[in-house]
Amino acid sequence: MSIDGKKVTASEGRTILDVASEIGIDIPTHCHKEPFEPTGVCRICLVEIRSPEGESELHTACTYPVREGLEVKTDTERVKRTRKLTAELLLARCPDSEAVKKLAEEVGVEKTRFSKKDLDCTLCGLCSRACKTASGNSIITFVNRGPDREIITPFEIFPSECKGCGACAEICPTDAIEMVEVEDSEEK
Amino acid sequence: MKISSIEDLKKVKESGIKSLYPKKPKFRFGAASCGSGAGIEATRNAMDDARIPEKIGRSSTVGCIGACYAEPLVELYIPRKGRILFKNVGVEEGKEIINAAAKGKIKKKKVFCKIENEYCVINDEKRELSEFPLTDEIESPFEEGYLDEILKKIPEISELDYFKNQEKIVLRNAGYINPENIEEYIARSGYETLFKAFQMDPEEIIKEVSNSKLRGRGGAGFPIGRKWKLCKDSEGENKYVISNGDEGDPGAYMDRVVLESDPHSMIEGMIIGAYTIGANEGFIFIRNEYPKAVKRLENAIEQAEKHGILGKNILGSNFDFKIEISRGGGAFVCGEETALMSAIEGRLPTPRPKPPYPTESGLWGQPTLINNVKSWANIPVILSRGSNFLAGLGTERSGGTKVFSLVGDVRRRGLIEVRMGTSLEDIIVGIGDAKTEEVKAVQTGGPSGGFIPTDFFDTPLDYETLTELGSIMGSGGLVVAGENTCMVDMALYFLNFTLSESCGQCTPCREGLERMRDILADITEGDAEIKDLELLRKLADYIEDASLCGLGKTAPRPVLTTLDHFEEEYREHVEEKTCRAGVCDFGGDRE
Repeated sequence: MSIDGKKVTASEGRTILDVASEIGIDIPTHCHKEPFEPTGVCRICLVEIRSPEGESELHTACTYPVREGLEVKTDTERVKRTRKLTAELLLARCPDSEAVKKLAEEVGVEKTRFSKKDLDCTLCGLCSRACKTASGNSIITFVNRGPDREIITPFEIFPSECKGCGACAEICPTDAIEMVEVEDSEEK
Repeated sequence: MKISSIEDLKKVKESGIKSLYPKKPKFRFGAASCGSGAGIEATRNAMDDARIPEKIGRSSTVGCIGACYAEPLVELYIPRKGRILFKNVGVEEGKEIINAAAKGKIKKKKVFCKIENEYCVINDEKRELSEFPLTDEIESPFEEGYLDEILKKIPEISELDYFKNQEKIVLRNAGYINPENIEEYIARSGYETLFKAFQMDPEEIIKEVSNSKLRGRGGAGFPIGRKWKLCKDSEGENKYVISNGDEGDPGAYMDRVVLESDPHSMIEGMIIGAYTIGANEGFIFIRNEYPKAVKRLENAIEQAEKHGILGKNILGSNFDFKIEISRGGGAFVCGEETALMSAIEGRLPTPRPKPPYPTESGLWGQPTLINNVKSWANIPVILSRGSNFLAGLGTERSGGTKVFSLVGDVRRRGLIEVRMGTSLEDIIVGIGDAKTEEVKAVQTGGPSGGFIPTDFFDTPLDYETLTELGSIMGSGGLVVAGENTCMVDMALYFLNFTLSESCGQCTPCREGLERMRDILADITEGDAEIKDLELLRKLADYIEDASLCGLGKTAPRPVLTTLDHFEEEYREHVEEKTCRAGVCDFGGDRE
């Protein structure tokens, strides 16, 4: 297969992101972190792929499995334009997040054209995946849909299954989850 | 009885024919959800109460024949004559009709059309109803000469402008049979094709399906034969088939009508598909907002099991197959295949990136063949009539017919089925009886379809032509926008819909659509600037390109197509703060 014209040999089961990073090609990421299953939701890692029909499509590098003859481009105008708008939208959502500011800078965005929402969470979902891995339960997960989607505990009640391991807060790229000390479990 | 041979099936067929054409006259009521909405239950209750059992037989239910504008629809079956359909029958009219019938008279006022010749597309059989029932004795209060005089003046259904250019393949039995009686399905040659399929090699079936040029009726239009081949060749411990009946488009009800009117046509297709790819388990995913469809489907599955058509050793073969119903929880995004499978598995219905495709890794990671309700219903016709028959009905690139729900600003609304390649003009003017000058545009393909202005109404419709026009085939909604429609307001309406139905996981769809919605709202309220139009288009292009699933990738269509074809309306809103349709209110700023 090839990435940005460089011929690469890669084994099956790997993703474009894996292979690109091995040969030193930088693709920005936000919602993906090893060892968790990638979900491809933030869309910042989009790359251009020529489909078998000869058309060019955008796909997330973190989820796309490599295959024989794959032609990937990571720095076309279309890719850059798309990443910029994604960054602008995330920056408007979380204007004070250092991680989002850094991500925006990485793709060449300094400010956003959209009104600011002042939220902390980009809905990358890493906390929920970490929670499931660390606790075996889904103490925090997504609820609602569309613009109302958020990360929450079931029915907004603090579940006794939460052992306070802190995996969610540890992995959160925007520091939207804060660990606090509590004495009485009622107050959790 | 369990059917295990073609002779058994024939016996059930005879019984079904007796049920379709009894020796006494009877009334049938068009009682799909559309009929119920129009008030058929009240009409039926009143008519059943007024029935004189010596003269008129027990009434029954049929599905929807497609003429929504004529509902409530009541059919009077007369032995050895045929069916007379009455339109817009309210309680009082209904009583008059049944009282007249008991005296051997036809109440002419509400007569819609007649069916003297019935056609069964499955085996190309023409039935002259003057020959049915086949038994000698009939009991009818109608005098022969009187009836012939009357019937002469009633148009045959195929002569009506609404029906004459339609071609019923998927809807072949809708409105003709009782959807709760499997025998009536069999009476119209149902499940005969399944016997034939079991004699065929799976590869041969795939070849037939491929040659028919049938493409996915859920909207994306992937060639069905190729999908079946991919799934058959995939390896997995188990394989599954799924019927996608999660139809959530506002103004569209094609799948609902199939499920409520003729559930076995889909079930027969699913069994054939399962046999072909080697699956023993199937799911029908259906939205919970369709309670009548769910009930009829449950009943159909139960009857099929009783007759040995589902379960172990189907029709005496070595093939086992069972079907389970999975009901949606009210999320439009469940129509997206990966979200749908996630919902069946009991998880949140959020789409996942493809590849891998369901044919390799679908339900519980196993190869899964998922098709739309209407795609499945086509299958028995392909195998019984041969692939050339279906291919011959369509265009070069796309075989068969297309079911549309024709709604909005037309005089005759309803569910129609036309050959692929029929023009919008033939549909909207010919069938819908709209005047071109009173129409602004038509939206095809549901809430994420584009608006096509009247200039393009002569285009023959198929997947490619619609894509070229900036719209999509979608599952088949056709919403006609009349001259008093504000195109900006219309775009806003549909964007609000897709935004509220977005699962919200990916940035372009969640954040981007919301920003588009804000700009559109500003435009309709007179708070936008001309540069916002440019940003609106940029966002639309971006969301189409960057979204994770088909919902996001198509959601900007209504905005993009109205921007393309009705840009002056947008400009008027922004620059002059006027809405030519008089729909948008600019807070008293208007003169």
